[in-house]
Amino acid sequence: MNTGRRSVWLLTAMILGYAFLYGPILSLIVYSFNESRLVTVWGGFSTKWYGELLQNQKLLDAAFLSLKIAALTATGAVVLGTLAALVLVRFGRFRGRTLFSGMVTAPLVMPEVITGLALLLLFVALEQLVGWPSGRSMTTIVLAHVTFTMAFVTVVVQSRLAQMDRSIEEAAMDLGARPFKVFMVITLPMIAPSLIAAWLLAFTLSLDDLVIASFVSGPGSTTLPMVVFSSVRLGVTPEINALATIIVALVAVGILVAARIQHRQDKQREKDMQRAYASE
Amino acid sequence: MAHSATSALMANPWNDPEAQPFIRIQGVSKSFGDYVAVNKIDLDIYQGELFSLLGGSGCGKTTLLRMLAGFETPTEGKIFIDGVDMSSIPPYERPVNMMFQSYALFPHMSVEQNVAFGLKQDGVPKKEIAERVAAILDMVQMGKFASRKPHQLSGGQRQRVALARALVKEPKVLLLDEPLGALDKKLREKTQFELVNIQERIGITFIVVTHDQEEAMTMSTRMAVMNQGMIEQVGSPVEVYEYPATRFVGEFIGSANMFEGTVVEEATDHAVVRCPELDADIFINHATNLPPGAPVVAMVRPEKMKAQVEKPESQYNYVRGVVTEIAYLGDMSIYHVRLATGMVVQISQTNLRHTAEQRLTWDDEVYLTWHPGNCVVLAQ
Repeated sequence: MNTGRRSVWLLTAMILGYAFLYGPILSLIVYSFNESRLVTVWGGFSTKWYGELLQNQKLLDAAFLSLKIAALTATGAVVLGTLAALVLVRFGRFRGRTLFSGMVTAPLVMPEVITGLALLLLFVALEQLVGWPSGRSMTTIVLAHVTFTMAFVTVVVQSRLAQMDRSIEEAAMDLGARPFKVFMVITLPMIAPSLIAAWLLAFTLSLDDLVIASFVSGPGSTTLPMVVFSSVRLGVTPEINALATIIVALVAVGILVAARIQHRQDKQREKDMQRAYASE
Repeated sequence: MAHSATSALMANPWNDPEAQPFIRIQGVSKSFGDYVAVNKIDLDIYQGELFSLLGGSGCGKTTLLRMLAGFETPTEGKIFIDGVDMSSIPPYERPVNMMFQSYALFPHMSVEQNVAFGLKQDGVPKKEIAERVAAILDMVQMGKFASRKPHQLSGGQRQRVALARALVKEPKVLLLDEPLGALDKKLREKTQFELVNIQERIGITFIVVTHDQEEAMTMSTRMAVMNQGMIEQVGSPVEVYEYPATRFVGEFIGSANMFEGTVVEEATDHAVVRCPELDADIFINHATNLPPGAPVVAMVRPEKMKAQVEKPESQYNYVRGVVTEIAYLGDMSIYHVRLATGMVVQISQTNLRHTAEQRLTWDDEVYLTWHPGNCVVLAQ
């Protein structure tokens, strides 16, 4: 009696929770197959918007540009963020460590509007002083994105480095490897998973960013979020829905594949462990 | 006679004033901020020794080992290995290798690659690397696991790989940080003997850090008992157990009954100590080198006390008490005997028979006695 009522209540809560999270995305996917041009009126099933999407050169260019920026950003941010994390975790207490740690992670809490504005002012001032970067372009967007995604990379890599057993690096050094060699052949392979995670995070953040890119972009460097946002202001077209559906599908496939690989690795590991102890 | 004396000298270089120490630790201190981890330690270790640094956690033993490996720089003092000052030599150029407590195997490399790592750094030819790795893996009986990754090994197997990896470069000194700490009791006892065998076979000097006194007693040629960054005593296991230099050593190694008292009689061949806890004075069959009236602690090990029902005839070395606790351990039993003053004394007796004729039981009144040579007097 009691449990029956409770399970009904739990079920309702669960459905409402999922509806809250995924309802909007679901309606977006459904309406991407809408025949009608009006987003709110169902006019029958059709895939024509996907066809039109492929014809929309402006949107495709923007998507390609965004992917390029995201890849460059993620790579740059991983290099700089890893260096910052190394300094914070491995170099002990040096003068100005607290300040450095605060400055590195500040972009995490800094309002994007302020970051964007500050970077714009910096780029303009730099151009006047040294002539570089000339104008706003993809370069400035990448630089801006590296600046704010680096903080996320630092946090991710820092936590992995802090967990890592220090004695593994010491063992390598004890066996005759110089510090740089130790970093290349021991530390890097060991923190590789966190580097990949950080790269993906930076990639996503860059792909997603509208505010900062709006400040530092120039003519001819319009990113996908900017195109989507400006076209939505004139009214949402089902084309955008189709684009969003494709992105959702790609992300979902990515997550599924990652989860499967992870699951299989865990299984294999478990088997290996059992085998090891059985042979003792 | 003369022959055995020389061979004893050769076997125990620390007794030979002519012998040159292989490792010389000279006035070494290490502080971390205000905390002094190692406090002005002087220590000589000889070639071919299996030397243990024994102490509780935070006594500075691991810090001392890490200074030998080069991971910490001494705040003060110098370390010489084979006559070379190690002050400015980084860890990757020292003629020592270390086996870590966590084993610190490289998780992304196979057993073979782990062991080969050190030789590769030295630029040893590939063919020779393969031969030496195979030989050392055979020695630790891990040959058939060469292609496994560390996570596919059990604790005991990892321990062997770590040992092989540290030995393969044939260092002058092998440092072992709690080498058996992660193994269960049975495996630990077996591995202790294996380690000693390997050490004797290859003749490399071993320095072992351990908190386990049994491990140190079983394996070492000599050991240093450390406390609060200082060495309390250096000696062979027998010396340290039978003749502890300080109260700390007596209590840390094995169990001990400590009676506080004062010297009442001192002669060249004997001494008498009076303790308020005891019914009779303690007679010791050697000099204490302390003046009468000096406050001392008299220590008697539990296994050196005998329990009897009749009152002993001697006027020395006995005390009366009541059995309050009995712990049966199979090979021996431990009895707690409460004295009239309330102090509890521990004695142990080997269980030689299934049922002893005079088995003690709870609430028995007994006299505890000991031989005059079995009491150690320590200055307070």
